[in-house]
Amino acid sequence: MTNSIDEIKYADCIFVIGSNTTLAHPLVATRIFQARDNGARLIVADPRKIQLASFADLYVRQRLGTDVALINGMMHVILKNGWHDEAFIGERTENFEELKKVVEKYTPEKSSEVTGISPEDITRMAEYYAKAPRSTILYAMGITQHTTGVDNVKSLANLSMLTGNVGKESTGVNPLRGQNNVQGACDMGGLPNVYPGYQAVNAVDIRTKFEKAWKVRLSDKPGLTLTDLFPAILEGKVKALVVMGENPLVSDPDSHHVEKALRALEFLAVIDIFMTPTAEIAHVVLPAASFAEKDGTFTNTERRVQRIRKAIDPPGEARQDWVIIQEISNRVGYQMNYSSPEEIQNEIASLTPSYGGITYDRLGGEGLCWPCPDKEHPGTKFLHKDRFARGRGLFHGIEYIPPAESPDDDYPFWLTTGRVFVHYHTGTMTRNSPSLDQEMREGYLEVNPADASAIGLKDGDKAKIASRRGEIISRIFITERVDKGTVFMSFHFLEARANVLTNPALDPIAKIPEYKVCAVRVEKWE
Amino acid sequence: MQLKHVLTICPYCGCGCGIYLEVLDGEIIRTIPSKTSPVNQGRLCIKGWSAHEFVVSPKRLKRPYLRKQEKLHEASWDEVLDFTASRLREIREKHGPDSIAFLASAKCTNEENYLLQKLARAAIGTNNIDHCARL
Ligand code: SF4
Repeated sequence: MTNSIDEIKYADCIFVIGSNTTLAHPLVATRIFQARDNGARLIVADPRKIQLASFADLYVRQRLGTDVALINGMMHVILKNGWHDEAFIGERTENFEELKKVVEKYTPEKSSEVTGISPEDITRMAEYYAKAPRSTILYAMGITQHTTGVDNVKSLANLSMLTGNVGKESTGVNPLRGQNNVQGACDMGGLPNVYPGYQAVNAVDIRTKFEKAWKVRLSDKPGLTLTDLFPAILEGKVKALVVMGENPLVSDPDSHHVEKALRALEFLAVIDIFMTPTAEIAHVVLPAASFAEKDGTFTNTERRVQRIRKAIDPPGEARQDWVIIQEISNRVGYQMNYSSPEEIQNEIASLTPSYGGITYDRLGGEGLCWPCPDKEHPGTKFLHKDRFARGRGLFHGIEYIPPAESPDDDYPFWLTTGRVFVHYHTGTMTRNSPSLDQEMREGYLEVNPADASAIGLKDGDKAKIASRRGEIISRIFITERVDKGTVFMSFHFLEARANVLTNPALDPIAKIPEYKVCAVRVEKWE
Repeated sequence: MQLKHVLTICPYCGCGCGIYLEVLDGEIIRTIPSKTSPVNQGRLCIKGWSAHEFVVSPKRLKRPYLRKQEKLHEASWDEVLDFTASRLREIREKHGPDSIAFLASAKCTNEENYLLQKLARAAIGTNNIDHCARL
């Protein structure tokens, strides 16, 4: 997030797009309600009529994968009415002319044709967002899990810069991270092209710094992304995989293909706290400690680094992950001699400028938001205050591109995926929690009443859902939450793995698969 | 009877709410919200209130496993760690460091993720490391 969670409650307009906030980020949602109580306007754009929609001043249902066209339409209206922030654009940004040229074509009428939202609503969205003194944007996977995910994010950045809603309190472009330490995993260099702190592996001075600290020669060749990994395994280029705390067999798109790849490995090691489906096909399974059994830090979605503390011992012979990694490293022949997570954090601080001032003794209560470059630095509440990381903020003129797969005669429905309230990711944790499990034991497919009656389905019936990649059986739930022609499914359940169906087509830059849109066929299953 | 409250962070979503784990004689009995956390200010959602439940699940892995003749069998730590290291060394020797890949985790700590990427980069010699947050 560019801004912090608590700032949301002082915003004058909140634009939520592609985030089912009340369900996926309940404690962010509380700030939205506080802001509404203070008189803020709420705009919600989502292909599903999510709970938050019923609290919105304006709810719009865009067609799946049409976000760029929607945002361009809003910017067209803003420019046409002179609601943009000329001073901000002049002092802080560049490439405005290119944006203007592209946006010029996206009249509310044209945008309406693509998105299915009326020109009047597009105009009202633009007016609410642009005219409020402090407007903030909240988004999640509904924006990023598309072949045009990066375009979507850049479009939101365009919108915020156009109206000067960034680099100030209670504004910004705020991605809500799905899992608790996604932010930290990225910050720590769990990425194929960067060391901790987003320092590029192919920059000579940076590599030299790490070579010196780690006393070893390092590769300057960026590695494979997760989504390029499975094809590389099947081509025989990758032979061994070590997985820590993840379950790609359930979480990744086109599961059948992933399973084939994992089974083709010469060696698969899984470090986890449960025997997940991925662990079941591994060569070795190493039992790890849960969050309650170890010390360390997590970084939340607002970049706040916070301490976790050991409450109990791990069960049986299970060990903390850092001990397991250290043991493997020593046996491979590279010495590691850490005596505690704190010692690791001190090494992180010495090599990662944005974490430079973060030490355990400073993380007592509230934690610290990075960038926190030195021991005196109080942390950073919101980013881009006086300048952007690159200097001036860069506008991008972005054209709308349709999703990789659209419904046709064989696969007439749009399928989109997401979470349900009580469950989390592949269900490894929540389905092993009795009070959460009892709330919801199986996944279901949401179907619009009109579609259900056309197919001859009643609430609770079983249906077969097929895409070009595979098919699954699931119970159906009839609801107006989804539009005619669209069905929705959560991805937590192994028995009805939505990801058997989803399309692994990638965003060309971020390499995020298009989980949010694919084409399926739905029929009654006896 | 020994009762303690350990301040820590909810393991579920990216909000990162502050929680206390209530521990009675070495067993977690419940989760309660932290009032002073700037994120949740004394509140939690249903997942947070049950944050400790999966921790004490009887299905938790308690021993290492090794595959022998197609099946996973319980094994000792030394056995699985030695086997893991020797397989990684063999594969690196035969096919080069880039034939090995690692997946980091959005559920593990910063320190653990740091160490895993160091294992990949410094010990094995590859940048083949990614996480599942794209998903
Ligand atoms: S309590 Fe709920 S909102 Fe808070 S971190 Fe946990 S899952 Fe997220």
